[in-house]
Amino acid sequence: MSAVLDMIGGLLMVGGAAFLALGGLGLVRMPDTWTRIQAGTKATTLGTLLTLAGIALIEPGWALKLALIVLFLMFTNPLSSQVLARAAHRAGLKPAPQTRADALADDEGRAAE
Amino acid sequence: MITAALVFAFGCYGLGLLFNLWRIVNGPNSADRILALDTMVINIIALLILYGILRGTAVYYEVSMLVAMVGFVSTVAYSRFLLRGDVIE
Repeated sequence: MSAVLDMIGGLLMVGGAAFLALGGLGLVRMPDTWTRIQAGTKATTLGTLLTLAGIALIEPGWALKLALIVLFLMFTNPLSSQVLARAAHRAGLKPAPQTRADALADDEGRAAE
Repeated sequence: MITAALVFAFGCYGLGLLFNLWRIVNGPNSADRILALDTMVINIIALLILYGILRGTAVYYEVSMLVAMVGFVSTVAYSRFLLRGDVIE
């Protein structure tokens, strides 16, 4: 039983680490700030959660403490990425040329009228 | 089996941290650098816990919790700085 849990936990851990490396690759390759934000926050959040789940399977005694970190990450990561995206938008950064829509600019234009 | 998974995971984390460092060094503007720092903090949270597994000690759990809190607050503070020009009003 423990060996099976170890194996599943190891697989989850490897998958999470791969997600984190690919998120870093997205951070390097993506064309503008907003696509980089979605590569750098979503992929790494999933990678961290998978890694922590794998560790919780390997060391069942830590599961509750790890759940606390997972909860904290799930609350704070979307918040910080949203704050950062709004700050970048307000700072006037230009999106990549193939961007089709900018809902925040539309909203602010409507509010200004 | 666990050791091999740990070694692979450490390699992946190092690769991701190197990519983040590249983006910090030549990110075109400060929003990209803040984003890379935030991603780095998220990587380091999981990396610390992995190191704790490797050493067989639970001390690093508290460290990673503290890093998570400080990282979140610092990202929000940097973004506020970008937005307003000062952090404390």
